[in-house]
Amino acid sequence: MLVADRLIAGAIMALSAYFMWHATVLPIGWEGETGGPGGGAFPFWLSLIMLLCAGGILARSFAADAKASFFFDRTMLRPLLMVVASLVITIALIPIVGAYVAIVAFLFWYLRIYGGHGWTLTMSLTLATPVFLFFFFEATLKILLPKGITEPLFFPLYAMFF
Amino acid sequence: MEMLALLGDGFATSLSPLNLMVVLLGVTAGLFIGAMPGLGSVNGVAIVLPLTFIVPPSSAIILLAAIYYGAMYGGAVSSVLLGIPGASTAVATTFDGRPMAQQGKAGLALIAAATASFVGGTISVVLFTLFAAPLADLALAFGPAEEFALVLLAFTTFVGLGGDDKLKTVVMICLGLVLSTVGLDLISGQPRLIFGDMPGFYSGISFLVLAIGVYGIGEILYTIETSKTAPQVTPAKITFRELGAGLKRINKMWKTMSLGSFLGFFVGMLPAAGATPASLMAYGIAKQTSKEPETFGKGNIEGVVAPETANNAASTGSLLPMLTLGIPGSPTTALLLGGMVMWGLVPGPMLFIEQPDFVWGLISSLYTANFAAVLINIALIPLFVWALRMPFTVLCAIVIVLCIVGGFAPSQKMHDVWLIAAFGVAGYLLRKADYPLAPLVLALVLGPLMEKSFRQTLIAEQGNVLAFIERPLSGFFIALAVLFFVLPLVQAWRRTARRAIAPAE
Repeated sequence: MLVADRLIAGAIMALSAYFMWHATVLPIGWEGETGGPGGGAFPFWLSLIMLLCAGGILARSFAADAKASFFFDRTMLRPLLMVVASLVITIALIPIVGAYVAIVAFLFWYLRIYGGHGWTLTMSLTLATPVFLFFFFEATLKILLPKGITEPLFFPLYAMFF
Repeated sequence: MEMLALLGDGFATSLSPLNLMVVLLGVTAGLFIGAMPGLGSVNGVAIVLPLTFIVPPSSAIILLAAIYYGAMYGGAVSSVLLGIPGASTAVATTFDGRPMAQQGKAGLALIAAATASFVGGTISVVLFTLFAAPLADLALAFGPAEEFALVLLAFTTFVGLGGDDKLKTVVMICLGLVLSTVGLDLISGQPRLIFGDMPGFYSGISFLVLAIGVYGIGEILYTIETSKTAPQVTPAKITFRELGAGLKRINKMWKTMSLGSFLGFFVGMLPAAGATPASLMAYGIAKQTSKEPETFGKGNIEGVVAPETANNAASTGSLLPMLTLGIPGSPTTALLLGGMVMWGLVPGPMLFIEQPDFVWGLISSLYTANFAAVLINIALIPLFVWALRMPFTVLCAIVIVLCIVGGFAPSQKMHDVWLIAAFGVAGYLLRKADYPLAPLVLALVLGPLMEKSFRQTLIAEQGNVLAFIERPLSGFFIALAVLFFVLPLVQAWRRTARRAIAPAE
């Protein structure tokens, strides 16, 4: 799929231009008094090299003998999109309903509904994961995972472990 | 003699109950990670790194090194039992490992792989011990100019020696370097590339966020797409008689094994090369020097032994420049380097002077890890056969949860979790379009050092650019770097020149 190759090269070019634009906030030229380049020079000129190389890749894809490097099995598009979507939804839910609800919901959806695994496997993994996460991160490492609206439910547990 | 005394002290560190436990745990985890198709040492280290906060920094590095080691052993398991390399480093092991399994000799192939890995590991760890201190002494003379030249050299090896598309390699190196500049300018302290004042970018982009995204989420997406049908697991049984017979046959292959070990060690030191090319080269040489080359690819045990010694030796080799010079020899060691910096253990020659306990503890832990790996590997073979039957959706779910939580834990910002998801998808797409990911990760890790050394040199020399070539060592590195960079251009020019002549014939 040459189109995908071109889209990716084009996206890199756009990204480089965006980086260059942001890099100009700091001096990109030679600083007379200190010697050496200014703070924006490193990202600016490297982004320019990136832009030129990506441009080269894009131009190359229009050559008569251009070969596509991007291949895709269309039947696998659905599972792939499902995983990406569930990942995004899970992350978006974490600050609202808390990591424990979001991750448990993700595991249940992914293992039982999407994966079609049996109840024993689904439930043992879905229930063991939050317990492990709590003891590993909160009780041992004192790293608090986001709880969102479920925060009050954890007060008795905090009282027990901190 | 002094070296032996230091190594002895190191063993006192690495054989402490905590570190011994850490090595055993790391090796076992590494074996399983390596054995899972799709997950290799770099994925294992990226995903597990946030979990290592639970032990003190020096033990955390030993744990990660043990995972690295274990994964190198484990890679062979799925190469033999599934015919799918457990990691790219075990590709060459499938060539003869798979046919052996189909002939009912899976057990023998696994024993050969484990023993060969042990030999490769041991020879390379001895080489590592011999080279580490002298190289660190040499590196003591390095100033910022040499540091810059060396980092530049590391990147140009990707262009000159890496097998990937040159333009795409340059794009990935630049992308990694630019991403490393996000945050506060290290000289002036001003914020830059914060993309419309997003507070999450002030602290920069952590190497861990990129690594978890690319090697955790990205790898999962890649594996989902490529693993359409469940592969067939070949059963393997290990008996003591088979073990004895296997060891006897391997005992006749010292030439292949020592060749593989030396080759692997030195190839592994190069950032652009590493364990995969080293094992392929070792396989090629074993085939060429064999008396019966036609049996290779049809289940010749030597075809398992050669790549397995080389890939283990290469993993040790890639640790050498990381620890002594601060330049990682592989993506996995780049992550180890990032982890060490995070914990305040800055790799490089000063580490040998300031933290000898840690350095020699780590080196001696490679000996114990190697020894533990071969024993655990052979003992757990039945368990691997069982674990490889685990449906991919289960593994996938666990990895995704670990990526989300592991991405959140170090910084405790949801911003980083979103970045992980974005890097995961982007990394997957880039990989699909044949953009190499190793230079990207390496560039992000080395970017701050490269920029700092470049600008420090110029400030110290009042803006004299020639300072980089005037110093002999740095001049030598720069010359080599230029050579690596020009080499592909010359090759491309000669190819077009030949093509221009060809039609006239």
